[in-house]
Amino acid sequence: MNWRALFARQEFIILVILIALCSIIAIINPTAFLSVQNLFRILRACIVLGIFALGTLIVLISGGIDVSFPAVAITALYISTRIIVDTGIDSVPLAFLLGSLIGLALGLVNGVFIGIFRLPTLIVTLGTLNLFRGALLFFVGSERIRLSEVTTNFAEASRLNLVTVQLARGEASLHFTFALLLVLALVVWFILSRTMLGRAIYAIGGDREAAERAGFNIVRTQFFIYGFVGLLAGIGGIVYGILSREADPFSIVGAELDVIAAVVLGGALITGGRGTVIGTLLGVLLITVISNNLVLLGIPTEWQRLVIGILIIIGVGIPALQALRRRSTRLTHSSG
Amino acid sequence: MTTVQPHPTPTDSSAPRPRLDSLIPRDSSILRLLVITVVIFIAFTLARPDTFPTMNNLEAMARQMSEIGILAIAVALTMLSGGIDLSINATANLTAITAATVLTAMTAAPDTAPGTITLAIVLAIAAGVGVGFLCGLANGFLVAYAKIPPILATLGTMTLFTGIGTVLTKGAAVFGQARLSELGNGGIGPLPIPLFIFLVAAVIISFILSRTKYGFDLYMMGTNPHASRFSGINNRSVLLRTYILSGILSAVAGIIILGRIDAARIDFGESYVLLAIMICVLGGIDPSGGFGRMTGVVLAVVALQLLSTGLNQVLFEDSGANFFRQFAWGVTLLLVLMLNYFSQRQRLKRASTEK
Repeated sequence: MNWRALFARQEFIILVILIALCSIIAIINPTAFLSVQNLFRILRACIVLGIFALGTLIVLISGGIDVSFPAVAITALYISTRIIVDTGIDSVPLAFLLGSLIGLALGLVNGVFIGIFRLPTLIVTLGTLNLFRGALLFFVGSERIRLSEVTTNFAEASRLNLVTVQLARGEASLHFTFALLLVLALVVWFILSRTMLGRAIYAIGGDREAAERAGFNIVRTQFFIYGFVGLLAGIGGIVYGILSREADPFSIVGAELDVIAAVVLGGALITGGRGTVIGTLLGVLLITVISNNLVLLGIPTEWQRLVIGILIIIGVGIPALQALRRRSTRLTHSSG
Repeated sequence: MTTVQPHPTPTDSSAPRPRLDSLIPRDSSILRLLVITVVIFIAFTLARPDTFPTMNNLEAMARQMSEIGILAIAVALTMLSGGIDLSINATANLTAITAATVLTAMTAAPDTAPGTITLAIVLAIAAGVGVGFLCGLANGFLVAYAKIPPILATLGTMTLFTGIGTVLTKGAAVFGQARLSELGNGGIGPLPIPLFIFLVAAVIISFILSRTKYGFDLYMMGTNPHASRFSGINNRSVLLRTYILSGILSAVAGIIILGRIDAARIDFGESYVLLAIMICVLGGIDPSGGFGRMTGVVLAVVALQLLSTGLNQVLFEDSGANFFRQFAWGVTLLLVLMLNYFSQRQRLKRASTEK
């Protein structure tokens, strides 16, 4: 086991920061922080952010960036809800199926522009972000739908729990969609580290030219990447709807930068070729703990952004500095 | 030798001439943009002859497009360097908050002496521009010296600046005591002052880009940073200056915003960042660096403003006009990208058949 390599890994640094932060909060405010309720609350807040982050991880590894996924998510949620309400088929699996399909379709739109026309990913997804959201609000609707007013099963899904723990005072429960996050994380981990497709994604992000010469089909891989990210966004949108018990077409959009921040904190390189599922989940956990529990330290909520900003700069600064140091040692070695 | 001076025939627009002289391919995209702009103007003039081509409407459009135009110039500079600046809007808001705080501190009393007011205005603007400078310096340092990818560095500083602004104001609005309203709402003759500032900024930056060593270095570095480094250009200093310039331009936009609405909030104009990037791409700035001109950016700003206002007027009865506008922005951006892609491919094809 190479300990130095382990310590230098971003995942390890984030884990240390996370443990340190949790210890400080636990010492200062043990009763509020160290409770099953709070643990479950943090995990619940991780679900949607985590699903989005898994998609963003794949895109970042391939050397691209996707800012359109919140628009995909809310479009998938809103249209699915509308279909469920209009047809009267009040079923949660149907919601997930519709959401996934809509997400997949919209993601493939990105795939066409990026894979076939080879346009820059940030600019394309910026365009489709506006396109999807504008189309949703103008052509489909801008009214918020409260699930409990028009559906039964779909609305009741917000009370389906994975585990419920009886406590001295009341009970604490963890929502079933947390299991969904874990399953999706496993799927993404499997694709990235155990399949040829995963190799292709890393290869494209590392060096597109080299990947092409090595025989990877770039266009097909990019279609998969953006289609799959769309699918994850669609699922994330449905989960968001279930957890918040409404389909509000103005929600979710704006979350893209927080998600990207979480993934980058978790060690994914924005220039591609590097990133892990474990790191991403840690990044999500860190961002969630900061946004939900900083107040337990007596730090007012308005400091959240500032802390997250400092963390991002530290988080992206460390690997950048490491790369600089590596380059300078390599230079001295080669010249000496 | 042929690689140094390739096919200098005047009809061959595809030949890779020395970069700064090669106006022809760039001008074709600017020409296209000009045509699009004129078509949009004529279309809405025909659709709404009584409200669209009026003096009042033109003036309103000129005011609205100035602040976003200046932000777009800021992004354009960083794009020319091969980077991007996501923190423009956070910088603009932080600037506006700083300026508004100075104005409130010095001139909140109703019987403030005129001399104090003038001093406060000067100080507020100076402090605001100073904040913009510092924000740009922070970005420049992270990009040029810490070598953090610009998109990440400025994502981080965007969050940081927003965080600082939130802590300073607790998320509430700070008011400018109407001291800068002349700047935001006044005019020099028929010319609104914000438009005047926007055009002056465009001309100055255009001059810097085409007539100074810094401008030349910026294009060189944006085209190929390795080549520019080995040809003796100090990439770090060029990058640092680019982000500082971007910060100062954002500050100018922030001061205009404060003047126009007389209030500063840290969450004002959240869509401006994406809009500014979109304008740059529409205006022919290459996001991977090295290509593009200010004329294109100005034209793109005008085109988008005409489109937005025109759609608003045509869809006047429809409450969803704003949403359709967002949809139209997205369609326009993707269409222009496709047009550029196909025209570029055709150029390449022609170039390869001529060989």
